[in-house]
Amino acid sequence: MFRYLVRRLLWAGVLFIAVTFVTYIIFFLVPANPARLAAGQNATPEHIASVEEFLGLDRPFYVQYYKFLRRLVTEGSLGHSFLNRRSVNEEIYRAAPVTASLVFGAMLLVLAVSVPIGILSALRPRSLLDRAAMVYVLIGISLPSFWIALVLSYLVGYRLGWTPIAGYCEVLSVPEASTCGGFTDWVYHMILPWLTLAIVVAGTYVRFVRAEVMETMTQDYVRTARAKGAPERRVMRAHILRNAMLPIVTIIGLDIGILLGGAIFIEQVFGLPGLGTTAINAIGQFDLPVLQGVVIFGAIAIIVFTLIVDLLYAWIDPRIRLA
Amino acid sequence: MSTQLETLGANVQTGEELLVVENLTKHFPVTRGIIFQKQIASVKAVDGVSFSLRAGETLGIVGESGCGKSTLVRCILKLIEPTSGKITFRGQDITKLSRNEMRPIRRDMMMVFQDPYSSLNARKRVGFTVGEALDVHKIGTSAERKRRVQELLEVVGLNPEHYNRYPHEFSGGQRQRIGVARALAINPQLILCDEPVSALDVSVQAQILNLLTDLQREFGLTYVFIAHDLNVVRHISDRVMVMYLGKAVEVATRDDIYASPKHPYTGALLSAVPIPDPVRGRQRVHVVLEGDVPNPINPPAACSFHPRCPRFHEGHCDVETPELRPIAANGHVAACHYPLERWPMDLAAGASS
Amino acid sequence: MATLLEVRDLRTQFTTDDGIVGAVDGVSFSVDSGQVLGIVGESGSGKSVTCLTLMGLNDPRSTTSTGEVLFRGEDLLKASPRRLREIRGNEIAMIFQDPMTSLNPVHSIGTQLEEALTLHENVTGKQARARALEMLMAVGIPRPERRIDDYPHQFSGGMRQRVMIAMALINSPDLVIADEPTTALDVTTQAQILSLLKRLQDEFGSAIIMITHDLGVVAETADDVVVMYGARIVERGPVDAIFSQPRHPYTWGLMGSLPRLDVAVERLEQIPGQPPSLLRPPSGCRFHPRCRYAMAKCISDVPPLEQIEYDPRHSQACHLDEATKAREAAALLTTFSEAAS
Repeated sequence: MFRYLVRRLLWAGVLFIAVTFVTYIIFFLVPANPARLAAGQNATPEHIASVEEFLGLDRPFYVQYYKFLRRLVTEGSLGHSFLNRRSVNEEIYRAAPVTASLVFGAMLLVLAVSVPIGILSALRPRSLLDRAAMVYVLIGISLPSFWIALVLSYLVGYRLGWTPIAGYCEVLSVPEASTCGGFTDWVYHMILPWLTLAIVVAGTYVRFVRAEVMETMTQDYVRTARAKGAPERRVMRAHILRNAMLPIVTIIGLDIGILLGGAIFIEQVFGLPGLGTTAINAIGQFDLPVLQGVVIFGAIAIIVFTLIVDLLYAWIDPRIRLA
Repeated sequence: MSTQLETLGANVQTGEELLVVENLTKHFPVTRGIIFQKQIASVKAVDGVSFSLRAGETLGIVGESGCGKSTLVRCILKLIEPTSGKITFRGQDITKLSRNEMRPIRRDMMMVFQDPYSSLNARKRVGFTVGEALDVHKIGTSAERKRRVQELLEVVGLNPEHYNRYPHEFSGGQRQRIGVARALAINPQLILCDEPVSALDVSVQAQILNLLTDLQREFGLTYVFIAHDLNVVRHISDRVMVMYLGKAVEVATRDDIYASPKHPYTGALLSAVPIPDPVRGRQRVHVVLEGDVPNPINPPAACSFHPRCPRFHEGHCDVETPELRPIAANGHVAACHYPLERWPMDLAAGASS
Repeated sequence: MATLLEVRDLRTQFTTDDGIVGAVDGVSFSVDSGQVLGIVGESGSGKSVTCLTLMGLNDPRSTTSTGEVLFRGEDLLKASPRRLREIRGNEIAMIFQDPMTSLNPVHSIGTQLEEALTLHENVTGKQARARALEMLMAVGIPRPERRIDDYPHQFSGGMRQRVMIAMALINSPDLVIADEPTTALDVTTQAQILSLLKRLQDEFGSAIIMITHDLGVVAETADDVVVMYGARIVERGPVDAIFSQPRHPYTWGLMGSLPRLDVAVERLEQIPGQPPSLLRPPSGCRFHPRCRYAMAKCISDVPPLEQIEYDPRHSQACHLDEATKAREAAALLTTFSEAAS
């Protein structure tokens, strides 16, 4: 187990370097002239040249990359925005909690809904519930997230007025200048985004839970448990679910990691100032450092979450823990 | 085609030494390490096995799980590369031959597998599967091959009209017959059977065993027959080799092994097999071994059977490795310092006798 | 000896996509306390389904069972699910074929053993653990205190089967049903397990129903034998009688087609064809398509299971006359004794 842990950590390190490397190449080598973008629209050639020197773009590539990596690792800094010279880190620290609220809240909702439905579907295959669930899954996977977002926003937010149409409220502290804050406001504003993301994601989970439970139900050890005289509830809890849910841990981790990179469409429709919105704005204004920062943050999130999940899985499955 | 396809086995004289295996070993490395894999131990799946096989005879290899019999057979066929040792087939050393060099030799060595459900490609028609070897070795025209396949199906007791059917349309026993037909397609001299009847119902087992016996008699085939079922091995073999943890512990003619086994493990094996006769069954004394088969990564010192052996002599069996040596007439060899003197085995005598 | 279990005209049907499968078709037998009944048959004979039906372990949504299963006078087929749960693992226990898959891989064996006990007895955690350790000792697992918290994948096949046996016996059941308990094991491990079962049977006094396809196992462990073919019983009787005077062509075929250690034959008696489909079984006697002695009557009339004149404990279901049967059986056994080494 220890060896597995160490190996996994080392691998995470390797991945981190690989990701930063590729990102760096994409953002600073491919575009024609980052110095030009940094200098701004009305820059003179001398100005551009001095920016170039300032940014170190006249140095060889590997030197640039090395400096970038060093700054990232030692200072944890992702650079500064071309636009407003603000620290990219700051932008991310501001945006990340918003995305995090969206993602974690939606995942909780997904689990709360898809696990019971998946189990019931598995217990009664081909019943009305099962068929309805499968139809829903198909729809959920097929509909684009922004369409769902827009429809919900229109129907529930605008027409029915039950929830706000857009906007985000801090959950913990009430910022001076904003108009809302606190837990209730936060939830109130997040309900539709959560619902939208959940609708999109839940379908896959229902199918997954259903398949896992159906397969586990046919296992010999479930029959053994019944043969021992265990009541059906115990069989379900201690034998079927305990085994069927193991793989879900892996999938959840992966999904959270991916989504933390920014659920762009949903954030846009609901006006949430999360990482997705930050990225879109950066694209629109050619603000390379910010964009790069979001990408790297997203990649780190995935690496970290898959690591956590792998370790967790290794711990809860005795076959791996005690191999 | 008729010049290429002589009557099965006719180009080999019965009694000629067909296969000689000397000190064959296959070690699978066990690695450990965080970044760089270092070998710390090895699984000695096959640990120095030697035997010879004459044309027309059947060698039965018997042993329990983990004894290395399946690995041994795959090494002979070069499906797995042996770690060391020598394999001589029809006088030619095939141990180090490359895949391309092995191809013509593979025409003479075929295998019948254990699981009739997974050893046939479910997406290919039966005719294709049986005739594939003919195809690969470019024997005959397409029409001749089809005729040959139908001939083979008939030889194994199936309807030649079923050429175009898929495996799932046949029962387990029939599928195994197809496996045998496939093995026979290009007149191999040697057929290696890896537990060909273990997955079949008892009433169907007899059909396949009889088929194999008939084919051997009719075409002069040579078999290496692996099984864990001692009854089956007894029925079909001329000579028997008993394996334990990668080594051959006893080799003898069929009658000698079953009538007077010399190695205590062979004795325990024979004693453990239930006999379908309640009267005799009650009279038998079962030798029940203690413990499980040890881990092949870390086998016991010297004689690997010593921890479970009823005839264990401390200081000798755990210190000096017994070599496979002649114990009785007729080429009966065993690897034991204290071979059985009497059969049925007397447990009470144990180490003292 | 009291009759512990009496099965009368048991029929079990599965509803499948392809139609109705009659997996058990009119099976009757009884088991006395402390006795070993061997049920012999090949795949599709109905032997396993019979026992799953006894325990009520079939899927209730797609299975219907009729007949009577009288366990100490109580009909299990009519028992409430709650009553069945009380009995399972407690008065009737079951051991399954594949020890690799029959234990839950994410629970320690100690937990699973204790579960078997706590489902039926009101004991404290400490007491349960102590009892579990006792049982592990009884089934011959060395140093049980070290192994009780280990997981199934850390044991060998033989050890796992011992754990299954421990689980079955922990509540001292009156009846143990062992479904091919040694089929997945090596022959020396099989000998260990069979010897263990015998010893424990003496110690605990349980009756055993031993399901197997291996005539050798039956001969050496059973007191009475039931031979099943095509979801029906074709022959039934004390073990000595069945082996010395078999009275059914299928039994002859089974015995003749077995390669044996003690008998050397040139060619085995083979039974042509394969076991019947239970979806569309043959009419009349289900063995007739493969039977050398088949007559017109065999195709039209189902042969009833009838007692043999001179031995009421021995019954068979075949239309052949007694004289032919006696002759054929004798011929078969002569081949054995002549070929015996």
